Amino acid sequence: MELFFNPFDNLVCILLGISFTVWFTLLLVFIIVPAIFGVSFGIRRLYMKTLLKVFEWATLRIERGAKEKNHLLYKPYSNAIIAKEPTSLEEEIKEIRRSGSNKDLDSATEFELSDIFYFARRGVESIMDDEVTKRFSAEELESWNLLTRSNYNFHYISLRLTVLWGLGLLIRYGFLLPLRVTLAFTGVGLLVFLTSVVGLLPNGRMKNFLSEKVHLMCYRICVRALTAIITYHDSENKPKNGGICVANHTSPIDVIILASDGCYAMVGQIHGGLMGVIQRSMVKACPHIWFERSEVKDRHLVAKRLSDHVEDKSKLPILIFPEGTCINNTSVMMFKKGSFEIGATVYPVAIKYDPRFGDAFWNSSKFGMVSYLLRMMSSWAIVCSVWYLPPMSREEGEDAVQFANRVKAAIARQGGLVDLLWDGGLKRAKVKDTFKEEQQKLYSKMLVGTQEDRSRS
Amino acid sequence: MGSSSSSRNKIPNAQELMDQTGFSSAHLLRLYDRFECLDRDNKGYLSPDDFEAVGGLAMNPIGGRIIDAFFSSGQDTVDFSSFVWILAHFRPTDRNRNKEGTQQELPDSRTRKLKFAFQLYDLDRDGKISREELLQVLRAMLGLQVTEEQLQSIAERAIQEVDLDKDDAISFDEFKKSLEKVDIDTKMSIGFLK
Repeated sequence: MELFFNPFDNLVCILLGISFTVWFTLLLVFIIVPAIFGVSFGIRRLYMKTLLKVFEWATLRIERGAKEKNHLLYKPYSNAIIAKEPTSLEEEIKEIRRSGSNKDLDSATEFELSDIFYFARRGVESIMDDEVTKRFSAEELESWNLLTRSNYNFHYISLRLTVLWGLGLLIRYGFLLPLRVTLAFTGVGLLVFLTSVVGLLPNGRMKNFLSEKVHLMCYRICVRALTAIITYHDSENKPKNGGICVANHTSPIDVIILASDGCYAMVGQIHGGLMGVIQRSMVKACPHIWFERSEVKDRHLVAKRLSDHVEDKSKLPILIFPEGTCINNTSVMMFKKGSFEIGATVYPVAIKYDPRFGDAFWNSSKFGMVSYLLRMMSSWAIVCSVWYLPPMSREEGEDAVQFANRVKAAIARQGGLVDLLWDGGLKRAKVKDTFKEEQQKLYSKMLVGTQEDRSRS
Repeated sequence: MGSSSSSRNKIPNAQELMDQTGFSSAHLLRLYDRFECLDRDNKGYLSPDDFEAVGGLAMNPIGGRIIDAFFSSGQDTVDFSSFVWILAHFRPTDRNRNKEGTQQELPDSRTRKLKFAFQLYDLDRDGKISREELLQVLRAMLGLQVTEEQLQSIAERAIQEVDLDKDDAISFDEFKKSLEKVDIDTKMSIGFLK
């Protein structure tokens, strides 16, 4: 009996040993070494193309299945329920009055009871579909990407599709997830270790050079840990020293995406735990701006530190996300003016994710950081495009808010996102009264305006 | 019927709601999604805060009144059926709808829309818009942009034009009569997509 088991045991050990070695060699050759040197084999792009073909097939099957059973497919991509007409307050109220009376409109009228219809309708329209609330939930997809989390039409799935989905599940959780987790640990570990080592060197060109290389290498490994396929456009506009890089915010991954293509000084609050360790070691190699929790409230302190950093031309450009919170990548919300008051050159960057491969939006009210990262690592891939826009500076007679809006419009235009006036803080807080006053002003001009004319004539 | 969608099963009394309000099942699903989206704490019903969080509503001068219209008869929660019922007021009138065996007699759509608008004016729901109530609505719509005298004169004129029985208040019939010619159907209807 024992004789029987021993060779078997040995065999198993040998097999395990071999597979581990093979695994690590593959990892090293195909992923880590290219990351160090910044080259790519093109494996990820091939992967992406294959996946697209599979998704199209899957969607066709679902649609066919639905047609067979004569059901209406729940179409998540026709996002709107109502068609809003973009008429102004004045036009609409005049319309209402015109239909209600035979009087000649110019000589008329002041308040009519029917005026309230306009406000009532607008109000109910916004209950049904408003620009802000829908920006804080994940974007909906046209085709199904074999992830349960983005499927609404469960029971139209045929057997073949289920098999495919099961296969996908196996690949994602059995192969990709462990691979990615290993890479992530490697990347973070190396970052902490190497930046601490570089930090031991005396300040000087050697240190800066090494710190750049180290940061880039580790971020590239992290990029591969997420299987992020990034296309950079217009790299000639990359941020330079003494500038501020501004981008729209969708998830914490934005940082990794930008930092794997260039070196930035990060800005943020010091956290405890693993994040804190990473932050502290990073700052040893090159100057980042980390604030204590108490300092964050003090706007003058923040502004001073930022402007001090910016004036020192030997320091790296600062990376800031002025929206202040994560938005779902269909729009750009109000930029906080703090970073635009400093007076440095602003380098806008637009980041647009392709939601078909994995939704990168971090819905912080629904998911914590760890479950978010797990979701990211178990999706197919993160595909995105990054556009470096030409630098902008504040013009004469332009205040910080106008400048911020100008930058925001440029980013929205380039990324194909909707440019919204609203504050990302609306996720949690209420609307300011100034907007309501605007409406009241418009309406009163209509009424009282006519009164003044009458009293004059 | 026989068609059961797992998502439609989420909605209580879906078929009943469809019959009573005339919304299609696709619309109902959309509205249910919207309801869940507004219900931020997943309570299963909506409270006044959930409405106040809607940006477009907070910006609307009579936003508060519209919210009140949802919370009738002293309740402070709105479940999905009531939500849909109120929104149904804004559906364009179906000329050809002739459903047999509906549970309730739907009053003429035009009258329902008028009643909704009337309620926005008539705060205490006593069936009459008093001068005081009219002044309050005007104040809400105009804010601080007009003086007290201007407000008074606007209200005075409005009541005089409409008040037929001279009781210094506007009843529902007088309201209806003064808006006879207004095309309420289009003006109080929201364009629902197919």
